[in-house]
Amino acid sequence: MTSPVIVYLDGDPLRSGVLEVLTLARGLGDVIALSPAPVGEQTVQTLGHYGVSRVLHVTADDADLTAPAAVGQGVADAAEELRATAVLLTSSFPTKEIAAHVAHRLAAGLLVDVGDLHWHEERLAGTKRAFGGTWDTSCAVTTARGVATVRPHAVAAEPAREPITAEVGAITVGASTPTGLELVDRQAHESSTDERPALAEAAVVVAGGRGTFGDFDPVHELADALGAAVGTTRDCVDEGWLPHDAQVGQTGVTVAPRLYIGAGISGAPHHIGGMSAARTIVAVNIDAEAPLVEMADFAVVGDLATVLTDAAEAIREHRGL
Amino acid sequence: MKHVPELESARGFSPEGRTVRTTEDGTLNEVDENAVEAALALREMSPESSDAEVVAVTLGPATAVDAVRRALQMGADRGVHISDDALTGADYATTARVLAAAVRQLGAADAVITGMAALDGLGAVVPSLLAAELGLPQLTVAHEVTYTGPPDHMVTITRDVAGATETWRAPLPAVISVTDVANSPRLPKMKEILAARTKEVATLTLADLDLPADEVVPRTEVLSVNQRPPREGPELVTDDDGNGGRKLAEYLISEGLI
Repeated sequence: MTSPVIVYLDGDPLRSGVLEVLTLARGLGDVIALSPAPVGEQTVQTLGHYGVSRVLHVTADDADLTAPAAVGQGVADAAEELRATAVLLTSSFPTKEIAAHVAHRLAAGLLVDVGDLHWHEERLAGTKRAFGGTWDTSCAVTTARGVATVRPHAVAAEPAREPITAEVGAITVGASTPTGLELVDRQAHESSTDERPALAEAAVVVAGGRGTFGDFDPVHELADALGAAVGTTRDCVDEGWLPHDAQVGQTGVTVAPRLYIGAGISGAPHHIGGMSAARTIVAVNIDAEAPLVEMADFAVVGDLATVLTDAAEAIREHRGL
Repeated sequence: MKHVPELESARGFSPEGRTVRTTEDGTLNEVDENAVEAALALREMSPESSDAEVVAVTLGPATAVDAVRRALQMGADRGVHISDDALTGADYATTARVLAAAVRQLGAADAVITGMAALDGLGAVVPSLLAAELGLPQLTVAHEVTYTGPPDHMVTITRDVAGATETWRAPLPAVISVTDVANSPRLPKMKEILAARTKEVATLTLADLDLPADEVVPRTEVLSVNQRPPREGPELVTDDDGNGGRKLAEYLISEGLI
C-alpha cells in the first residue's frame, strides 16, 4: 500500500507521541508530515529516520493557523490535494480539536484515542480502550478517508529499518479563522520546560492522593529518582495542594504511561478513568482493599512517606547516583 | 447534554457495540452540570437579556430525558429531547449534525454551551464538530468564562491544555465547552425540583428537524467490542518489616521499568 498518509506535527522538537504516530503511520502507507510552522534541519533528519518521505510546511493566505478550526481546514485541504487516505494526529485536547475540524471538512470518519491502526477492508480502523480500560472497542471508518488521533504510549516509537532523506517543501491551503476569534495569550507551563516531563506525555507518572495529607515531598523524591512526572487527584487540587494541571482524571489530564505509581490514592472512578490505560500500575496505600490496590500489578501496603522515600533511595543506588 | 452510565456502575457494551444505558444507573453527564451552570451564569451576567431562555438539549434513547430533567431542576427553562431509532449507533459526526440542527431550529442562540467531554466515551470532539457544523467560533475546555456584555458581547475563556495556559476570546454567538472546575453547579431546592415537573420537554425526531436519514449516516462503525480480562490482582507486599520501599524498587528493576 503506497497511498499517502498524513501525520500532523504539533511542534518542533517533535513530541514523543508524534514519533509513536509515525511508527504506526509507516505501516499504513507513504508518510507525509505536515507542520503549521517551519521545521528545523534536525527534526527533518529525525523524520527521515522514522520513514517520512516528505515534510511540508502548511501556510494559508487568509488565516493565521492558530485556531483549531483554521488548522483543521488547512490540514484537510492539504489531505485533499495530496490525495491522502488517512490523517493521523497525537491525542491531546488541541490536536483532538484539530482532528475534529479535519474530519468535518473532509466529511471523513473520525477515530479518537486509538491504540493501534490498520486497514480493515481498505478502511482505516483502530482499537480504543473504553470504560476505565475495562473494554476494548475496535472501530473502522465507513468513508474513503479516515482521521485518527493516537493516545500516547500505546506503542513504542521505533525508527524505520532503513532511514530515508525527507524531502522538504511547502503547501498553501485554504483556511479561515472564525470571525472575531482571537488567541489573546499563551503561556507555556514551567513544568514542561524544566527537568520533569509534561504529565500527559510522561512515560512514568508518580501520583499522590489524599493519603499524602498535603505533604508531596516523598512523591517528588520518587518522581525525581525515576525521571517521572507528578500527578494528583481532584481532591488534592480542591485542597490547593497541587495546581489543576496536575490532576489526573477524566476531566483532568488523561495519562497512559509505561509505569504509573499511585500513592495514598484510593482510586475513585474519576481518577481511574484517567490512568487505567497505564501499562504497569503500582499502588502504595495503607488500605489493602482500596480499588487502586485491587487493580494494581504490584502493591505495597504501608505508609507512603517511608515506602516512597525508601524506594527512591534504592533506585538511586541501583542507578549509581 | 448527555445521559451517561453512572461512573460507579458496571459499564459495558451490548453485543452490537452500543453503550448499555438503563434508567437505574444512568445520570446526567457530570460535567454537563457545569455547562448548565455556565448557561445560567451567563444569563445572570447580562441583565439586559434577563428574559433570555436557557434550553437544555439532549440526544439519546428514551432514558436520556432524565438528563434534561436534571437541567430543568437546576433552572433551565425548557428541554428538547431528540430521539429517533435511526440515530442508534450515532457517531461524533452524526451527533454534532443533529445537535446543530436542533440549535438552528431553536432560532438565533446567543451561545451553545456543553461539557468538555462525555464521561463515557471521553472523545471531547463533539464541541468542535458542533462549532464546525454551526460555523461558529469555539471557546473550548474552559476553566474560566467571562462575558463583557453589550455592545461587544465578547466572551473570554482560559484553558490549560498540552502544557500551556491559553486565553481565547470571541464575540457571541459562540460554542463554549467547560471543565468541571469552571464553576460549582447549583443544587436544586425542593421547590425547583417540583417546578421542573411542569416545564416543557419537547420530544423531536429527525423528521421534526428536517434531517433526511441519509444526512445522518454514521461515518464510523463498531467492528468488535471485547471485555478485557480482569486484572489478576496485585503482587502484594506489606511494609511491616520496613522493606516495602526496597521491594517496590526491586519489582521495578525486575520488570525492566528502570
